[in-house]
Amino acid sequence: MKITLLAAAAAMSMGLPAFGGSHGDGPVKAGFVYVGPIGDGGWTYEHHQGLLAVQEHFGDKVETVYQENVPEGADAERAMTQMALQGADIIFTTSFGYMDPTINVAAKFPDVKFEHATGYKRADNVSTYSARFYEGRAVQGHIAGKMTKTNKIGYIASFPIPEVIRGINSTYIHAKKANPDVELSVIWVYTWFDPPKEADAAKALIDNGVDVVLQHTDSTAPQAAAAEAGVISFGQASDMSEYAPLPRVSSIIDNWAPYYIARVQAVMDGTWESVDTWDGIGPGMVEIGEITEAVPADVKAEAEAMRDALGSGEYHAFTGPLNKQDGSPWLAEGETADDGTLVGMNFYVEGITGEIPN
Amino acid sequence: MDLGSINPDLLVAALLLASTPILLSAMGELVVEKSGVLNLGVEGMMIVGAVAGFIAAVESGSPALGFLAAAAAAAALALLFGVLTQVLLSNQVATGLGLTLFGLGISSLMGQGYVGIRPPASPRLELPVLSDLPILGPVLFSQHALVYLSLALVVGVWWYLRSTRSGLVLRAVGESHEAAHALGYSVLGTRLAAIAFGGALAGLGGACLSLVIVPQWTEGMTAGRGWIALAIVVFGSWRAWRVLLGAYLFGGVSVLQLNLQAAGIAIPVELLSMSPYLITILVLVIISSDKRRAQANAPNSLGRTFHASG
Amino acid sequence: MIRLERRPAPSRAWAWATPLLAVLATMVAGGLLFAFLGKDPLLVIRTIFWDPVLGEFAFYYRGQLLVKAGPLVLIAIGLSLGFRAGVWNIGAEGQYIMGAICGAAVGLAFYPLEARWLVFPMMVLAGGLGGFLWAMIPGILRTRFNTNEILVSLLLVYVAEQILAWMALGPLRSPDGSGFPGSRNLRHYDAAANHELIAGSGMHWGVVAAFIAVILGHVLLSRHILGFNIRLAGASPRAARFAGVNPGLLVLTCLGMSGALAGFAGLFEVAGPAGQINIDFNVGYGFTAIIVAFLGRLHPVGILLAGFLMALTYIGGEAAQATLGVPAAAIQVFQGLLLFFLLALDVLTNYRIRIDARARA
Repeated sequence: MKITLLAAAAAMSMGLPAFGGSHGDGPVKAGFVYVGPIGDGGWTYEHHQGLLAVQEHFGDKVETVYQENVPEGADAERAMTQMALQGADIIFTTSFGYMDPTINVAAKFPDVKFEHATGYKRADNVSTYSARFYEGRAVQGHIAGKMTKTNKIGYIASFPIPEVIRGINSTYIHAKKANPDVELSVIWVYTWFDPPKEADAAKALIDNGVDVVLQHTDSTAPQAAAAEAGVISFGQASDMSEYAPLPRVSSIIDNWAPYYIARVQAVMDGTWESVDTWDGIGPGMVEIGEITEAVPADVKAEAEAMRDALGSGEYHAFTGPLNKQDGSPWLAEGETADDGTLVGMNFYVEGITGEIPN
Repeated sequence: MDLGSINPDLLVAALLLASTPILLSAMGELVVEKSGVLNLGVEGMMIVGAVAGFIAAVESGSPALGFLAAAAAAAALALLFGVLTQVLLSNQVATGLGLTLFGLGISSLMGQGYVGIRPPASPRLELPVLSDLPILGPVLFSQHALVYLSLALVVGVWWYLRSTRSGLVLRAVGESHEAAHALGYSVLGTRLAAIAFGGALAGLGGACLSLVIVPQWTEGMTAGRGWIALAIVVFGSWRAWRVLLGAYLFGGVSVLQLNLQAAGIAIPVELLSMSPYLITILVLVIISSDKRRAQANAPNSLGRTFHASG
Repeated sequence: MIRLERRPAPSRAWAWATPLLAVLATMVAGGLLFAFLGKDPLLVIRTIFWDPVLGEFAFYYRGQLLVKAGPLVLIAIGLSLGFRAGVWNIGAEGQYIMGAICGAAVGLAFYPLEARWLVFPMMVLAGGLGGFLWAMIPGILRTRFNTNEILVSLLLVYVAEQILAWMALGPLRSPDGSGFPGSRNLRHYDAAANHELIAGSGMHWGVVAAFIAVILGHVLLSRHILGFNIRLAGASPRAARFAGVNPGLLVLTCLGMSGALAGFAGLFEVAGPAGQINIDFNVGYGFTAIIVAFLGRLHPVGILLAGFLMALTYIGGEAAQATLGVPAAAIQVFQGLLLFFLLALDVLTNYRIRIDARARA
């Protein structure tokens, strides 16, 4: 009953000239729902750069709205409903926790297109999209393995979810290939964003003999700790180039702009359909930030070759032979991991010590 | 248990710095509460200090100016609380919470152009000769200036409250504002001064995060440390030395749990992440279970509104 | 000079007028802020205060006001009892989380049993019990070991958050979620779902519970001996002891009641509007409810009104963000200003402003 009521009301509002939602007669309206503040310098910041790129690309033909700091759950549903009521044609929901709210709201607004980041539930008017950050981790892992002198690399991890575990595995596999003696220490900080805690975690790793720090949290705090201790680090989510050339020797950049522009274009052209996109280095959703001169030329060349091979699809970051942590075989020689396993990855590969908390 | 790769000297050095923002803010709040005022807005004052200090340091290139600006801005915000609660007699708990809301909002408006900038480095203070001592040197005598300042403040606050006339007046105001007023002391003036001092220290604590520990500006970067500072004042049962103990205990366990993870010690991570809170509660239970002494030190007028009638 | 003179009794006229005056003052100050940010101040203020109640899409927003105000009022009623008695429960956020976890765990344990008459009531009980027990920790530590309840209840919020993350990633994680964090969605499990009672109205069991709590709170404070004891203990602990009030029992009662109500709020939220246990399930209702309690002058009806006012600023503030591009931070500042004006102008209710004769002489 609620569904029909809202849908009817939405249809009514769409019909009003003031909310000209249909394409052709007025700009396409694109809404963005963010989990953090646009000033977080990481995850939400990069999505907002995508919004700005959409605005820049289409000019008057598009109208963008956004809402920041939207908690997952009831508040997210309200934010999306509100945008749909106000005549949004396409709504990007940029956090995994928005998955069920997106599906719920999408059911009430069949004419509005929804794009949910990093989830797995789709509907006729809900697409999902995510980036293969693990490809970037492979390049970082290679550089880390070559650069470490203490043979210890450290990883600041947020929560034990498949996304983070994929990154740890990919890093370790390629660091190990570059340097068979390498060891990996992981600290779980149980937060996406707590700069002082991230800084303390970086210091704890460094104090324990680590000389390459990687992070899967959103602030630049670990960069500063690495700079002070004279070890190397990598930018995460955004380029963090203010810390180049040292300690930041390279970075993974989330580049959502091409995808957002393509999807808004599809709405304009009336060609939008529900898809599942998981793009990596090839289509440019994941970028490798400039590798600085602190990295020796041969290592840099190897890393760039790996980047290009990953981009062209010639090489897959999870290529056998690989065993799981308990020694059981996972991938045979030359076999590559299927997306199903990667999406739900909940195990370490062989050689990583420690356990995944759960 | 093999603690192999954990180096105790480095651990102590790390905990001294990591505890400093909480210690500074808690010392400020201690003085405020000793004067009988409960300001729950520490988080808001810290974050305003963090952003103001960051902006001033970036614009002037001088971390010292940054710290001054942080203290001034947070003290100004604290005085807003002071006017509301002391002159207009508003409820302290609600006003303090409102101050946190206001501070978080205003700080992110102020800091909009300052995301992703690297601030000028605040150098460590190498005390000559002493910092060359083996082991102790790097740990104790090669820290950031704020670490020494916070320790000096502990001594200063302890001495001030215990041995100065003005400290005595402040305590009297906190114990019984009616009596202090009847004796001719200015309850309003004493409390406003205490509130401004508390704000200034919270601001320094915030700037310690944005200029030394992290150092960068991001919205919401204090991430709840103002609340911990409030808890530490209660933990210290309104005594300077015990506040110091509490801040170092909390900071120490926080740093230790990260080090245990880095060293690969097999303790469940869930338990480790809770440990700073649980251990702080546990230690407080042990020291407060002595019924005769506990809570005797809480200021009697804490949180009560004072109006000089007649 | 200007000075304040205490009124013999609070002015009833001012008690009603000051909130209106405060809202007006906030509109002026907030309007200046929005104008400074380059937004049309009248439009922003209309979007915040008018549109959610009477605007074009008010049919949707009015229900959302209930959804947002429900947990705030429910928690604040419980807290107000303790605050009146001088029992400082700052950790309602943690009790809210534990109520949600316990309630959801019971519901998920029954999955996929389709006996709503059994499952939902058991969840409600478990939710209340979860909040109650979590609040008993500071209660018992205070009465047995004299440990300050402010510190314990506050720090237990952080512990509860860690337990929440652990639950979302471990024991309560949905087996069908291919490794992603978060429990099954209770809204998709009819026996456990806290659906809207009238579709589209926003009215769910949590809102009903909030209204019941307002009525019971009012009866308790004005008619019941416990309410009298609470008020007495707050006004004068010594007098309360002479009157035969057991201070330890009173502490436990106050913490227990506020914990249970916060637990109920958590359960109704997780089974209804939120739908699932997830890492970021809690959004600060437990802290905002402290503001609501004091804004409502610790009076049940006042809390009800304050809860709706806070909900209005949230809903309207979000609308202003999404439609007018006002930054979230400006909305926070605006809410802070509203609180300051409400609290500061309250002085007019209890005091009269006098121009002192001595100054003129």
